Amino acid sequence: MNVRAPNWSRVRLHVVSGKGGTGKSTVAAALALALARGGKKVLLLEVEGRQGIAQIFDTAPLPYQESKVAVAEDGGIVYALPVDAEAAMLEYLEMFYGIKRGGYALRRLGAIDFATTIAPGLRDVLLTGKASEAVKRGEKVGRPAYDAVVLDAPPTGRITRFLNVNTEIAGLAKVGPIRTQADSVMGVIRSARTAVHLVTLLEEMPVQETLDGLAELRAAGLPLGAVVINQVRGSQLDDEQLRLAAERALPESVLKKGLRAAAIDPTAATLRALADEAADHAARAALQNSERRRLAQTDQPILELPLLPGGIDLAALYGLSEAMTEQGLPG
Amino acid sequence: MSAAPHLDIDALLDDRGVGVIVCCGSGGVGKTTTAAALALRAAQRGRNVCVLTIDPARRLAQSMGLTELDNTPRPVPGIEGGSLSAMMLDMKRTFDEIVIAHSDPERAEAILENPFYQALSSSFAGTQEYMAMEKLGQLRQQSAGGDPWDLIVVDTPPSRSALDFLDAPKRLGSFLDGRLIRVLAAPARGAGRMSARVFSASLGLFTSALSKVIGAQVLRDMQLFVSSFDALFGGFRERADQTFAQLQAPDTRFLVVAAPESDALREASYFVQRLESESMPLAGLVLNRVQEVRLPELTASTARAGAERLNGEHHLVAELLKLHADRMETAARQEHLAGSFTGAHPRVPVASVIALADDVHDLEGLQTVGNLLAGDPTTT
Repeated sequence: MNVRAPNWSRVRLHVVSGKGGTGKSTVAAALALALARGGKKVLLLEVEGRQGIAQIFDTAPLPYQESKVAVAEDGGIVYALPVDAEAAMLEYLEMFYGIKRGGYALRRLGAIDFATTIAPGLRDVLLTGKASEAVKRGEKVGRPAYDAVVLDAPPTGRITRFLNVNTEIAGLAKVGPIRTQADSVMGVIRSARTAVHLVTLLEEMPVQETLDGLAELRAAGLPLGAVVINQVRGSQLDDEQLRLAAERALPESVLKKGLRAAAIDPTAATLRALADEAADHAARAALQNSERRRLAQTDQPILELPLLPGGIDLAALYGLSEAMTEQGLPG
Repeated sequence: MSAAPHLDIDALLDDRGVGVIVCCGSGGVGKTTTAAALALRAAQRGRNVCVLTIDPARRLAQSMGLTELDNTPRPVPGIEGGSLSAMMLDMKRTFDEIVIAHSDPERAEAILENPFYQALSSSFAGTQEYMAMEKLGQLRQQSAGGDPWDLIVVDTPPSRSALDFLDAPKRLGSFLDGRLIRVLAAPARGAGRMSARVFSASLGLFTSALSKVIGAQVLRDMQLFVSSFDALFGGFRERADQTFAQLQAPDTRFLVVAAPESDALREASYFVQRLESESMPLAGLVLNRVQEVRLPELTASTARAGAERLNGEHHLVAELLKLHADRMETAARQEHLAGSFTGAHPRVPVASVIALADDVHDLEGLQTVGNLLAGDPTTT
């Protein structure tokens, strides 16, 4: 399926974005599981303060600390951390200014929220800073704390601003720890150690947003990863069968014979319903194909994940991670 | 579990006592399409409608004749019955217009050029939501002033949480009018009033940490902005409160839009509770992208067992049976999720719209969605 197999062996930070409703958090979780296969340690970060990871892995709300949420094949482990800008800010104040007790008073005043609000770039530096710190942890002694870090990032419409922290805080302090922090974050994010993946559905709006997002990321010099097509409706029907289905010209005698062999009574209602469903599917398939062609123009590696009729539970998540591995991940 | 009461869309659209319909819901559930389809249907049923969209897909916008984002309602041609105007919200421009309308040119210019204002008007979380409300207020005044709209349909910004829409005025209001910004904006005046020692100690600490972290220039910009903004509105919180209060007007109805997925329905559920606590009238839930069930008597398990019995033969039929089984399973999961919502909110009427195979990108498509919303059997 995948002709442009991704080579992600050098990538340590996988940023996952996508339009709302495309399932980016599910894809991020499945990616973390896929990367953890073979005994690896992977950290999954979320930054939107909604405890999405806990819901996906069906656990109690996660604390602000790295905790184990799942095991992958061969002893791989996925850890998770819901990053909170306020907590990260307090960490910085303590680390660089020795403000500790004051920090709590500041929080009571709503001051932290205030500071991250009047300088929107500040919040992003704090959040991306956590990701780049996790990537770099242990690197100097040659034993990285995590083999890979997966960041469940803000949606496609905001991803470039979110990652391009240097530009965002350009109007802020010219020196000091936040500036140093931003430079260090950009050092990681702009390098070959990072890949930004965009999740989409094969529908007009998400595909358009993906194409726009890719162009923006490229213009900002950020490293592009894969386009992950989620919820693909597949079937083994060939082009000719799809054409006949769309024209409502599937041979009735073949349907009748097959249904009898399947021990299903080929009533007129059954034949009509199956023909209708086949026509629906053919229309979907045609739409999917035309959207897929638009995405193919981007030259990015493409991963496809199937639509799961039963919804997303833990077993389904492992299934998706397996589908990723089969398509050449982690490279 | 008892079935949800049916949401009668046509009765809602025909009710002359309803002047505003606000479509809310989390991102990616089809809010914009729903708002546009409702507006078109209402217009075709004889009402004079204006639809305020936030971020429509290009082809959907084009289908309504919206080729440019100029922040002004434009008539949609070819409507029989009543009339339809459509517009796309430009949040920065809306904010700019408010500033210009309330001040002399010189002061307006000073505000518009302030970097802090520019950041606030283009990227502050909640500005888009708040500006949608401001624009709604303007549209209402315009129609009271003789313009022909008797129904305004409002789409809301794409956010993770539907609650963002309701929280925006309070958030923006308390931010711009809060104790902290006031003290920071006028340190000399404010410091004297601060009696609590912890507070002033923390504040000094805060101001110094803040200027180290974000730079003194940002603080100065903010101080200038707040003092000139104050002169304009004499307190932004009051304005924000009024803007919010219009959502409680007796002619306003909320529609919560969701897809039959657990995330979207959880958001819808939060939103319904919130509307109740704010005494805002909820018209009902629109459930989009519902899997259509054809031939419910052929169960998923029978279809799957049949496909397996074919054992590699009869390829076409085996595939069709698998497709049918997938559809039945999807439908069963969605029904379960919708049932949980109705279990928690048994009095909320629901209108379901089946998933369409194609994207909507013309008036005909919108009409089909409108028919489905209204449960009109003349379609499909």
